[in-house]
Amino acid sequence: MIPASFDYERASSLDEALSLLAAGGEDARPLAGGHSLLPLMRLRLARPSLLVDIGGIDELRGVQDDGDSVTIGALTTHHEVAGAAALTGGSGLIAKVAEGIGDPQVRHRGTLGGSVAHADPASDLPAALLALDAEVTLAGPGGTRSVAAADFFVGPFMSAADDGEIVTGVRVPKREGWGSAYQKFQRRAQDWAIVGVAAVVNWTDSGIAGAAIGLTNMGGTPLRAHAVEAALTGTSEKAQILAAVSKVSELETPPADENASSEYRLHLAQVLISRAVAEAAGCPGMQR
Amino acid sequence: MATAEKYVGGGVPRKEDPKLITGQGQFLEGLTLPGMLHAALLRSPHGSARITSVDVSAAAAAEGVVAAYSGADLADEWAAGLPMAWPVTDDIRIPDHWPVAQDVARYVGDAVAVVVATSRNAALDAAELVEVDYDVLDAVVDVEAAVADGAPRVHESFDDNKSYTWALTNGEVDEAFAKADVVVKERYTQPRLIPNAMEPRAVVAQPVPSTGDFTVWSTTQIPHVAKVLFALTLGIPESQIRVIAPSDVGGGFGSKLNVYAEEALCIALARRLGKPVKWVAGRSEGYLATIHGRDQVQEIEIAATSDGDILGYRVHILAAMGAYLQLVAPGVPLLGAFLYCGCYGGEAYHFECTGVFTNTTPTDAYRGAGRPEATYAIERAIDSLAREVGVDPAEIRRRNFLPAGDMVQSPGGLAFDSADYEPALDRALELLDYDGFRSDQAERREGGGSRQIGVGFSSYVEICGLAPSQVLASLKYAAGGWDAATVRMLPTGKAEVVTGSSPHGQGHVTSWSQIAADALGIPYEDVTVLHGDTHVAPHGMNTYGSRSLAVAGVAVHNACDRVVDKARGLAAHLLEVAPEDLEYEAGTFSVKGVPDRTKSMPELAFAAWTAHSLPEDSEPGLEASCVYDPPNFTFPFGTHVAVVEVDTETGAVDLVRYIAVDDCGPVINPVIVDGQVHGGVAQGIAAALYEEATYAEDGTLETSSMVNYLVPSAAEFPSFETDRTVTPSTSNPMGVKGIGEAGTIGSAPAVINAIVDALSHLGVTDVPMPASPERVWRAIQSAQGGEA
Ligand SMILES: Cc1cc2nc3c(=O)[nH]c(=O)nc-3n(C[C@H](O)[C@H](O)[C@H](O)COP(=O)(O)OP(=O)(O)OC[C@H]3O[C@@H](n4cnc5c(N)ncnc54)[C@H](O)[C@@H]3O)c2cc1C
Repeated sequence: MIPASFDYERASSLDEALSLLAAGGEDARPLAGGHSLLPLMRLRLARPSLLVDIGGIDELRGVQDDGDSVTIGALTTHHEVAGAAALTGGSGLIAKVAEGIGDPQVRHRGTLGGSVAHADPASDLPAALLALDAEVTLAGPGGTRSVAAADFFVGPFMSAADDGEIVTGVRVPKREGWGSAYQKFQRRAQDWAIVGVAAVVNWTDSGIAGAAIGLTNMGGTPLRAHAVEAALTGTSEKAQILAAVSKVSELETPPADENASSEYRLHLAQVLISRAVAEAAGCPGMQR
Repeated sequence: MATAEKYVGGGVPRKEDPKLITGQGQFLEGLTLPGMLHAALLRSPHGSARITSVDVSAAAAAEGVVAAYSGADLADEWAAGLPMAWPVTDDIRIPDHWPVAQDVARYVGDAVAVVVATSRNAALDAAELVEVDYDVLDAVVDVEAAVADGAPRVHESFDDNKSYTWALTNGEVDEAFAKADVVVKERYTQPRLIPNAMEPRAVVAQPVPSTGDFTVWSTTQIPHVAKVLFALTLGIPESQIRVIAPSDVGGGFGSKLNVYAEEALCIALARRLGKPVKWVAGRSEGYLATIHGRDQVQEIEIAATSDGDILGYRVHILAAMGAYLQLVAPGVPLLGAFLYCGCYGGEAYHFECTGVFTNTTPTDAYRGAGRPEATYAIERAIDSLAREVGVDPAEIRRRNFLPAGDMVQSPGGLAFDSADYEPALDRALELLDYDGFRSDQAERREGGGSRQIGVGFSSYVEICGLAPSQVLASLKYAAGGWDAATVRMLPTGKAEVVTGSSPHGQGHVTSWSQIAADALGIPYEDVTVLHGDTHVAPHGMNTYGSRSLAVAGVAVHNACDRVVDKARGLAAHLLEVAPEDLEYEAGTFSVKGVPDRTKSMPELAFAAWTAHSLPEDSEPGLEASCVYDPPNFTFPFGTHVAVVEVDTETGAVDLVRYIAVDDCGPVINPVIVDGQVHGGVAQGIAAALYEEATYAEDGTLETSSMVNYLVPSAAEFPSFETDRTVTPSTSNPMGVKGIGEAGTIGSAPAVINAIVDALSHLGVTDVPMPASPERVWRAIQSAQGGEA
């Protein structure tokens, strides 16, 4: 198919992009890597009147080490995120997740900011940002602000960003000493997750001292499995972990689609959480 | 023919590849003609709906639009509806099938209006402005639901949704079942599949209004057949239609073996508007408007002794035709009808098939056409028999193989040209290291972990070389099964081969060049192959059913022989000896006993062209033709083996090894054969593990793009291990058989058998196709007494 017609402007700075968007009205949209937006336009499911191409705004690109945390610019591609040396400790989760998105072409075009702004509950990065208590930074006509990832994703394809606002990046705490894992379950190598589990675990000699778990495609937004996290804390053996993961059923009923029923998704989430936790803990005794 | 084979059998690089891999392919979408207009279709969003009004006025008034029409507006364009060429029974119900629906839309995708504009964008934009009022009716999308009492009728003019019932009985079936110790009865579903040719369909029709001539470029597998059928559908004299399948057609797999609404429509629009008209399918549009494959429900029963010796077979199938009958759709199950006994013996066989209308995209021949379905049923059911009688699955196959030999009678009713099934099975077992595998498997089971392994076999036989015309007549097919070739020496010693089989990715140009170069004794590079244009290659039956080599390739071979015969007469005349006194070797005639008195093919080609001195009764030129009608089908066979690892916690299946030992007779080009096997195997595995087109109850195609219609990529496959046995066919002088579909035919049951084998210790006996992780998980749950 061919998209419906639209206007196109290329911005060279954040300010220019914001004013182009403001002038373009409610049907104007930023264009980053285009790997979520263009497929929708091709099917005429999205019909923006104006595309503001933000791809050339260098100030929004790159990974910066801030000591305790890492700031990733919105236009950093998945490929660049996957190779970022600053993502150490628990924050290494972000790199692991980025490495498994789509295929090489998608990873070289698609951006972190686009993935966040698009707020697709099946996208991988949001669950990882949630697990790491990351913050999303935004710029709009009224200035800049930051929103906790937990508050940013409000529904399927809906975020706390206002019309005319641009996601400028994310700030991710490093969580030195924590291990991480992303268990992505999919039919084909390049597919979205049927269920994805992003886990960071603080494993000590006495077992799990802390755990955070983000879930992909288990609800209308990425979810945090708080009840599972609480039950995991203080455990050290596989049997205990298996008991803890059953608490995932306390969350909202997972979606059903052609790849999986709700019941099967819930089952998968339990299997994948236990695998992710074992992998993140790096403790062979807890694995199969 | 006394030529050393220099090219045949060798892996010469494909002539087609340099241009394809450097982006120089000439595909239809790139074709632009002066004054060309573009058509876009508005398609029904309803599975079944009466069209109460179509208002094209807003569309017609839109920028760039030249014309917009409803189905009723175009009704007088058609001399006949879209053609169906295989009325399998005398009482078959054949519905009217108009290129644009006139009163009722019968599937999501049925065309209801067309807009013609100066650009494709303008046409697509304006199509959204057509206003259609529908009276939405109940739809039926499932074959079993469609034959149930009270089902909504797809065609009101018929009493029910059955198009035809075709049956075949050989031997005393009831007797065979009565004396059996064991009867296994299985029910399988063949998911509906969407063919995914790399290149979507496209057509350009160019009129010459002053003469009434038309040139039609189409992404078709069948330019010659299409030409006849365009003439009949549009009422244009056949002599005034030229059909061209572009030099590159990007795949078909049967999906371009048809005459489609958009082809007829572009010709009709070109006739009305006096300008060239082009239509190009989008990928998702193609999912609605290009034929689908499979969609059958099968019941198979096998009667056997307690040792597992098969006595008889009973098969009943329901086959979805979709909303209308496409070109050969009713005959597709018949191509499988003779194969439900596989490569096995027995006394008796009964087969019955009912073709059923549903409110879905019409089905038709998709790679393998009827044969993958049949092979799946017998190769799954024989595993059930093996379990029932406690015999190893490899052994039960061996025990029931038909004897080796020529013209071996199958209980299915056909005589197999040349059978020798054990060597392929033996070779496959050897490549697998069967004993080693079973001990690994036992170890895994002992360990009790969540990764269990299994092995599955499929020993298939299939039918290629379509087809002896008289056999087609007995099956009520409305055309012949011959094909044609002309071989022409050019004055400079090069050769042109004109073929009636129109390639779309198979590599005919390479293979035909190899055959001709060896026969004529000239370099491979000096052979040009012409195809796909009915003005250049006037006769042909085209490309489908793995027929090209075994029919059209044999025609090339025979035409070369005739050229050499004529050249012999000329050489004898020029060398002043009798023709019998000449020896022919690698393109050179020499006088027996006087080896330095010679005439080479290029010399003779030049002499025939100058015609300065020819034998009496001989005409200038060195050219010959052959129209070859095979005396029998060919029956390639082989054994495929799949090894899988199943994650018993998630149900995920990992295909670990895939071994294919095929017998397609002598090989012209091993690189091409391997390529066909790889692609075919990938498509069969895709059916086993990934692909399934599904419809919502209202007729909406749920799997509307590659996001949810799961076409696998290379990442999903292991490296395939291929090998061959070589048993020449008795059906043609080259002994060749065909390999285009074997991979697809053999592979799906091997994969599913492997999954069942991996889980057999848990009590699993069946997993439906495609074996999605959830289905595998549920099969485990229900075998373990949990809820399915
Ligand atoms: C074949 C394929 C496979 C894929 N597989 C996966 C996968 O496995 N996992 C996964 O997570 N994703 C997957 N994706 C999606 C991919 O990651 C996208 O690149 C990403 O979701 C969007 O990033 P983008 O830069 O392409 O955004 P775009 O497509 O350019 O934009 C997406 C949306 O976000 C808006 N937007 C973009 N940037 C900003 C910004 N800075 N501020 C505000 N709004 C903005 C746009 O207006 C648009 O609405 C896949 C995509 C494809 C095509």
